[in-house]
Amino acid sequence: MARGFAGWGNDLYTGRRSYQIVARRRLWYTIALVLVVLSLGLIVKPGLNPGIEFRGGSELVVSDVADPSQDLAIRTVQSVAPEESPRVTNLGTSALRIQTSELTNDQVAEVVLRLAEAFEVPEEQISTSFIGPTWGADVSRQALIGVGVFLLLVTLVMVVYFRNWRMAVAGLIALFHDAIVTVGVYAAVGWEVTPATVIGFLTILAYSVYDGVVVFDKVRENTADTLLQARYTYAEKANLAVNQTLVRSINTSVIALLPVASILVIGAFLLNAGTLRDIALALFVGMFVGTLSSIFLAPPLEVTLREMQADIKAHTRKILAGRTQTDEEGQTTVAEVAVGQLMPGSHQGHSAQPRRKKR
Amino acid sequence: MIGALGASIFGGNMWSDATLTPKLGLDLEGGTQIILTPVTETPGDIPEATINEAIGIIRQRVDASGVAEAQISSQGGNKIVVALPGRPSEETLDLVRRPAQMEFRAVLAVGAPTPVVLPGEEGTTSEGAGEEITGIGEETGTEGPTEGAGLEEQPPAQPGEPSSPSDAAYYITPQVQQEFDELDCTDEKNLTGGLTGPTDTAFVTCNLSGTEKYILGPVEVKGSDISTASSGLETLASGQVGSRWVVSLQFNNAGTTSFATISERLFGMPDPQNRFGIVLDGLVVSAPSMNAVISDGRAEISGSFTRESAATLAQQLNFGSLPITFTVESEQRISATLGSEQLARGLLAGLIGLVLVVIYSLAQYRVLGLLSVASLTVAGLLTYGIITLLSWTQGYRLSLAGVAGLIVAIGITADSFIVYFERIRDELRDGRVLAVAVDHGWKRARRTILASDAINFSAAIVLYTLAVGNVQGFAFTLGLTTLIDLVMVFLFTHPMMKILARRRFFAEGHPWSGLDPRRLGVETTRYVGRGRVRRLGSGGAQDAPEATVPDEAGGSEPSDASRPSSGSRPVSTGAAPGAASMTIAERRAAARKAAQDEPTDDEGEVR
Repeated sequence: MARGFAGWGNDLYTGRRSYQIVARRRLWYTIALVLVVLSLGLIVKPGLNPGIEFRGGSELVVSDVADPSQDLAIRTVQSVAPEESPRVTNLGTSALRIQTSELTNDQVAEVVLRLAEAFEVPEEQISTSFIGPTWGADVSRQALIGVGVFLLLVTLVMVVYFRNWRMAVAGLIALFHDAIVTVGVYAAVGWEVTPATVIGFLTILAYSVYDGVVVFDKVRENTADTLLQARYTYAEKANLAVNQTLVRSINTSVIALLPVASILVIGAFLLNAGTLRDIALALFVGMFVGTLSSIFLAPPLEVTLREMQADIKAHTRKILAGRTQTDEEGQTTVAEVAVGQLMPGSHQGHSAQPRRKKR
Repeated sequence: MIGALGASIFGGNMWSDATLTPKLGLDLEGGTQIILTPVTETPGDIPEATINEAIGIIRQRVDASGVAEAQISSQGGNKIVVALPGRPSEETLDLVRRPAQMEFRAVLAVGAPTPVVLPGEEGTTSEGAGEEITGIGEETGTEGPTEGAGLEEQPPAQPGEPSSPSDAAYYITPQVQQEFDELDCTDEKNLTGGLTGPTDTAFVTCNLSGTEKYILGPVEVKGSDISTASSGLETLASGQVGSRWVVSLQFNNAGTTSFATISERLFGMPDPQNRFGIVLDGLVVSAPSMNAVISDGRAEISGSFTRESAATLAQQLNFGSLPITFTVESEQRISATLGSEQLARGLLAGLIGLVLVVIYSLAQYRVLGLLSVASLTVAGLLTYGIITLLSWTQGYRLSLAGVAGLIVAIGITADSFIVYFERIRDELRDGRVLAVAVDHGWKRARRTILASDAINFSAAIVLYTLAVGNVQGFAFTLGLTTLIDLVMVFLFTHPMMKILARRRFFAEGHPWSGLDPRRLGVETTRYVGRGRVRRLGSGGAQDAPEATVPDEAGGSEPSDASRPSSGSRPVSTGAAPGAASMTIAERRAAARKAAQDEPTDDEGEVR
């Protein structure tokens, strides 16, 4: 299989095999737009589920219980605070998490005592936490500031690194796409948003930028001489660049996603909640979407923007016209051109040879 | 480098208190974390110095109460995070939450710090403080006693009514005296502070360093009556700058009035009673004697100050001017079992992730994959060493978020190797020999790796500063591993690659090396100019590319129209590796042959 993969990589590099990623850009734009609209809808309708860090309140975790019965937990809490309707979640197979609104210190002590009795565990095995109402507001504000500052910084990095507004704009659109879709998936899954989610989310913004940098680097390398040659159009050259980085993109994302996926699986199925799971979901979705958008969204967008440029437009028209041929019957045929890396030492066909002025 | 790191940790373990494993954060080890926000009565921002002072006060309280390894730090500029290991008692927690206040009380009696067995020994001369207070610009002791001194000469008033706040006979009840006698200021527990006592009765306490104990009168000036305090060199009467360090303080209107009353009363009293105690958080930070009557609210404390101690006192006074209470923002108690379960699961996830990455890179890069496994191993050891070292020297603690950061970093570190290896492969595809491909590939991969690490590292810094809650650890380990990745690629992977490139196994492109040119689609025979061809490797197991001539018969370019005879010429540009090794005549012959019968692979026969 590895041999096949490497062979596939070669074909992509030489251009023997090529995926029409740039040419089919309308399709990708449509998919991206649908995803974004869907995500925005999800963010509005079920909405994000803020964690206790944002809501404020008290949380108790009873670990190592023989029989994690949610009813028992609810009854125990209500025996102390009758007006409470605690949210109870099973963590893994042997732990229970109970979230209530704010309890006083005495109430918490009382609940801990009764829970320890009810579940027959020593008091030391009950974790409690209390988050004040202002803390939640603070955390939310801090998280928003974080996202804002980060987006600003990332924009700056893109503009400075590419020194080219088209690439920066294309990269930013892809970035927003990644961010929105990630949040949308989070809303759809319905897991709680905690500070861990927020930091995972911010990390994928950085990751998305990096992915874009790699692809655009190759695009820039390939298209530097576009106007100096008459063989390929800008779009074709960009498409070759995307194809050539495809193997690297796949390898990179698989390698990055493997550890994240293992945290996600462990966090989701064994722990059922907590820092690991929250970071991992945001990272997993973000990295996955980020890789896709760095292939299917950012380079096509850049080509679209480029083709609005007058000289590129003229160049493209000239080359396409050169390929079209009208024979005696008035039928036009467009020559198929295989776009590939020019190999030093290999024969480029007669048309590549210098031509005699007079025949 | 790793040897040095390992040696220092091992050495630290042998001769100091370093451990061979990093210390764990609260969420993994279990313990209590309290996040406090200092709140002042006056709205507005709290200066950083005040926060630091508040942290110092809490640290004093916690340390003195005997809780080991408490961590107190500020977060986000206006929060105080107190982390206590284990399950601290409710008293300890109360200690942390208690507000900190500053007040001025007159000294009624001073004693040596140790408990007194026989009563009546109070008032033993104290060499401790030796500080004195004067009005600013006044020379110590030149002014004669003023009429105010007469106040304390008044006969004691009726029982039940103190003649003045310095009325020792009234305030020092037998009970207070007993408490004073029994107080042992050399015992850490008594330096906890926090308890300020009622404002209208005597108060028995120690000084901050535990070298003196005091009976203090009722509160006469509150800390909030101070408007500013600063430290500096004294200004002599002549207007020149002297050589002694002093602390100047300025009271507000209310403070000026009450301080003037105190200074009038205390000035001229016998030794211990002419002093007044500046009490911060229940402990005396300074007890200067009154050497002048200060009526304008501008006082100067002089004595055996160094620059630092003067600055500290000024800071404490400034802190006192903003009476602070603490709001508990969040309080978490994590049981040790929950923490260790989380850690075990986290490590399991890391292990699975690592194994998957290793399998994938071996599948992709064959033996070359071993280089990335080796690099990952070395990077892992380096990270472990640095974290252990940091937890020993800097008190760093690994949290669950930190563990997550480490696991995610596996992928990011491995990514650098992929970038590098893919670049080398690209160069090989362009027909370079391995040694040259490594050099060229490195130059181009270096740029990408630097860009990626720069982005990751700056992201980690921003995340670290903006992080909310307990997830700072994630940003920390992410940043740390990014740096380690950079070091690894430059100092280990690339040099190793250069050495490996010289080995025949890699240089000749063994099928298992992961750098086999044939597998990478490079034709085994290529034209190198001047009529010569070069053959790569032994050419045993050649891939005959399927790009045979007849495939290309369909395409024709406009220029071909004039020469219809060559309709089957290949026009594929650069995409026909097989065709490269043939001359034009041969290719035409092959095309003719192909037109007649089945296409054959005659590539191997081309010499």
